Amino acid sequence: METPLALTIGVLVAAAAYLLLARDLPRVLLGFVLLGNAANLTIFAAGRIGTMTPPLVEYGALALTADAANPLPQALVLTAIVIGFGLAAFALVLVMRAHAEFGSVHAEDMDAAEAPDEPATQAPSPPEDSIPARREAA
Amino acid sequence: MHAPELILLLPLLLGIAAAIVVACLRPAQAAPVGAATAAVCFALYLGLAGGAPVSAAFWAVPSLGVSGGLRLDGLAALFALLITGIGTLVLLYAGSYLKGDPRLTRLVVLLLVFMVAMLGSVTANDVITLFIFWELTSLTSFFLVAYDHEKLEARKAALQALLITGGGGLALLAGLILVAIAAGTTSLTGIIAAREAVLAHPAAVPAMLLVILGAFTKSAQFPFHFWLPNAMAAPTPVSAYLHSATMVKLGIYLLARFSPVYGDEALWQGLLTWTGLLTALVAAVLAFRETDLKRVLAYTTVTALGTLTMLLGLAPELSAMAAVTFLTVHALYKAALFLTAGILDHETGTRDASALGGLRGVMPWTAAAAVLAALSMAGLPPFLGFVGKEIVYEAAVAADGGAGLIVLGAFLVNTAGVAIAGLLSWRIFFGARPATPKAPHDPPIAMLAGPVVLATFGLLAGLAPSLLGGWLLDGAAASILGHPPTTYLALWHGFTPILALSVVTVLLGALLTLFWPRLMRGLQASRALDRFGPGHGYDRALAGIVACAEATTAMVQHGSLRGYIRLLLLVAALGPLVVLIAYDGAAWPADPVLDPRALAFGMIAAGAVATAIARGTLAAVMALGLVGFGAAIVFLTFGAPDVALTQFTVEVLLVVILATVLLRLPVHGRDTRTTRQRSGDAVVAVVMGSSVALLLLAVLAAPFDPRLGDWFGQNSVPGGHGQNVVNVILVDFRALDTLGEIAVLAIAAFAVIALLRGVARPLRRGN
Amino acid sequence: MHASLILRVSAPLLLWVPLVISFYLLVRGHNAPGGGFVGGLVAASGLVFFAMARGQTAALAVMRLPPASWCGVGLLLAAGSGFLAWLDPSAGYLTHRWWFPDLPVKLPLNTAFIFDVGVYLVVIGTITAMVFALVAED
Repeated sequence: METPLALTIGVLVAAAAYLLLARDLPRVLLGFVLLGNAANLTIFAAGRIGTMTPPLVEYGALALTADAANPLPQALVLTAIVIGFGLAAFALVLVMRAHAEFGSVHAEDMDAAEAPDEPATQAPSPPEDSIPARREAA
Repeated sequence: MHAPELILLLPLLLGIAAAIVVACLRPAQAAPVGAATAAVCFALYLGLAGGAPVSAAFWAVPSLGVSGGLRLDGLAALFALLITGIGTLVLLYAGSYLKGDPRLTRLVVLLLVFMVAMLGSVTANDVITLFIFWELTSLTSFFLVAYDHEKLEARKAALQALLITGGGGLALLAGLILVAIAAGTTSLTGIIAAREAVLAHPAAVPAMLLVILGAFTKSAQFPFHFWLPNAMAAPTPVSAYLHSATMVKLGIYLLARFSPVYGDEALWQGLLTWTGLLTALVAAVLAFRETDLKRVLAYTTVTALGTLTMLLGLAPELSAMAAVTFLTVHALYKAALFLTAGILDHETGTRDASALGGLRGVMPWTAAAAVLAALSMAGLPPFLGFVGKEIVYEAAVAADGGAGLIVLGAFLVNTAGVAIAGLLSWRIFFGARPATPKAPHDPPIAMLAGPVVLATFGLLAGLAPSLLGGWLLDGAAASILGHPPTTYLALWHGFTPILALSVVTVLLGALLTLFWPRLMRGLQASRALDRFGPGHGYDRALAGIVACAEATTAMVQHGSLRGYIRLLLLVAALGPLVVLIAYDGAAWPADPVLDPRALAFGMIAAGAVATAIARGTLAAVMALGLVGFGAAIVFLTFGAPDVALTQFTVEVLLVVILATVLLRLPVHGRDTRTTRQRSGDAVVAVVMGSSVALLLLAVLAAPFDPRLGDWFGQNSVPGGHGQNVVNVILVDFRALDTLGEIAVLAIAAFAVIALLRGVARPLRRGN
Repeated sequence: MHASLILRVSAPLLLWVPLVISFYLLVRGHNAPGGGFVGGLVAASGLVFFAMARGQTAALAVMRLPPASWCGVGLLLAAGSGFLAWLDPSAGYLTHRWWFPDLPVKLPLNTAFIFDVGVYLVVIGTITAMVFALVAED
């Protein structure tokens, strides 16, 4: 069962990468969430999968039975899921905040909206001239 | 707390307490309070000096093998007395010198902190404490040099001093750590006791070189000497205190401290001797190019530091006594001369040596102090300087290798010293008196006290050198040697060849004084010295670093988010791919059996693809939910009910808020990439996905080590009283991790609340 | 948000059933599937759905303290539970202690449960704070 799960994770990562490269931030955010899912499944798979028995010690016994699932990746993934939610919520707030500030959810627009402020916030210095020029070239 | 702990800690605590008190005082009161504190500390050390070493341990981190404490032996006592004694006079002087300056309070606070840092450095008995206080001296020096912070020159000088001594400090830290590892202890006494182990360690030579580098930068040895004259941008009291008497001697102190360990090493001796001699000669020549009194004094200080370094490089039996004597002599006369230079600047309005002369009549007390100090500097009997010079010559003559060269070098350096001493006394206070910007007269007693006391002490100590020697200097030399010294100080050694050398030195020096203006102009005309000096190299290096940083920033920080992510993804994808292919690591796990649970995999894959190519936001969010629920089913069917439950709940919440929030944003949810961009991105995505899948397959094909999971499975009930192993791991075995994770969650929640304050409203209006 | 009549009427059910379940998950979590993370998530979902049906003001009234305070109380509980470890001076921070008092019913008193309650409260506080802030209402 590990081979198909690995291939599935590959598809998940590819989809996440495709979304991360999008120009609008909501899609980038969805890419993040997919990447988080892929990471969780990777940790889960790396601890080896196959059994259906949960890692619960039977009543009266002292240790897990041999066919129980590996408990360690489960503990890691469990907290990672909740943290992942926190990350997604935080990223969502950043998107909202950016939209409120710039009126756009496109990274390039925000960059452009920032540009006119630059001379005011920073003292004019030689590298100021070169960076925007390189940005346009990029 | 026992007596030794208290007594060694007291001056440090007193200094800090005084700094805090002074910070609340008006400028006029600051300097007297500071001077009184330094005087109390001086009295304390006076009571301790000359006795047996006192030591006290304060802190220890046994798990790191680190322990720390303070120790006052002969060497530390000598330094502590110089620091507090000269500190008292300098603080007194500063109050009068900077009278009416509103920043005086700040200066006194900084000087007190600096004094504490110096005392901590010289009384530290472990390399960690030593290093911390050492760095604190560099930091306070930065602020003191930049006292006139509105002047570009002062800021540049402060930064230069900080970069050079701070860079040397980093080298020192590395060196000290290597030494401590080799010795198996951080204690200085322990390191000296473990001398063989330190020298036998494979990294012995790099460790020694790093320690030397730290000392050389601090003590302004060639090629790092240029920062010291530039640091003369500081107010004169600061220059007198930091840059002649104390801080620059810290490097010498360090070399002396490590002398018992390295003193017999040929590399150590060679490096110290020849670098010291070169430094002394270079600085002696450069001193003649200057007309600014302070810069002249700064270069002669570098000369003295070079001489000291050279002495420490000679076989310690001979040179230890010479080094501590010359160090004391120099601290006394140089601080006195700096303070007189400050008086001249203060009273006449100029520090240009070529514009001053004949001041004896209007400033008799200043003249007397300057002449006394200069005579000591010139090394004339019966001053302590004479004793110092004689013993330096003795050590040089007795050097093992290259004695002729060393004596010649010492002779040239001493001759230059005599000439400069003549310049500072005879040329300035005698002869014709040119007009000065201000009408000069003797300064108030607070300013005169310093030079007069120091110069007089130089005379008195010279008359009875054995008193000073037996009480203080023998102990200091013993710290360097590891046993009591065999040479003793005396004013009169009889008619020896060394006396003849001294006479020639003085005569030639006096001749140089006569021809000083011509010599000075000739050397100033030589531009080559400006163009090829290490100071120029420093400027080039600094400019190069800035240019390199600018170029790197422009290249890496191009500002395109897509560009950043693409680069990240490609590096992350190609790294594992290259390794897998190059090392033939690609492998396939051997379990091609499929069962119905694989349907959930299909659900995840379909959901992922659908999310990626969905046209609208809502469709994408729904597809994302499919992925999440698919993952939850995977967890459930593979024996992870806890994880499955968590995933289900989180997925529901996530889909709800994503749908609500994203649909409220007044934008159409279409992907705005061009077809071309999309196909390019798809290629990157496929490369990334394949890389991860191949890597994961290789991981899964490797044999699995179940020990960790088994351990938790076996210890959960006996150790954690819980049958749900996952929960026991979370709340018991790895509870600290979990605590950190919930702290992160709480912080994220606070961040969300803070970021959305005031944003949610305009957003809704737009809706 | 205009909740349907059915939703509004069934709101108490949507609140109290998850809360009871979540508490059950929390208590039994040490020996069976459940625990602070899962329990906290279930309770938070209950509160979120109640807020959708009856409005955030009503949900906040049920919670009594603002969500951020729940986070704070939870963190304090979790961090504080570790200090009891020092009843035994040689034990490290967060080494949980267990007492089995001699009572007719089996009652294992332990600091691990206090820690889990802390996790539970932080999760509730975090999720509700984020969702209420993100899904702000008119």
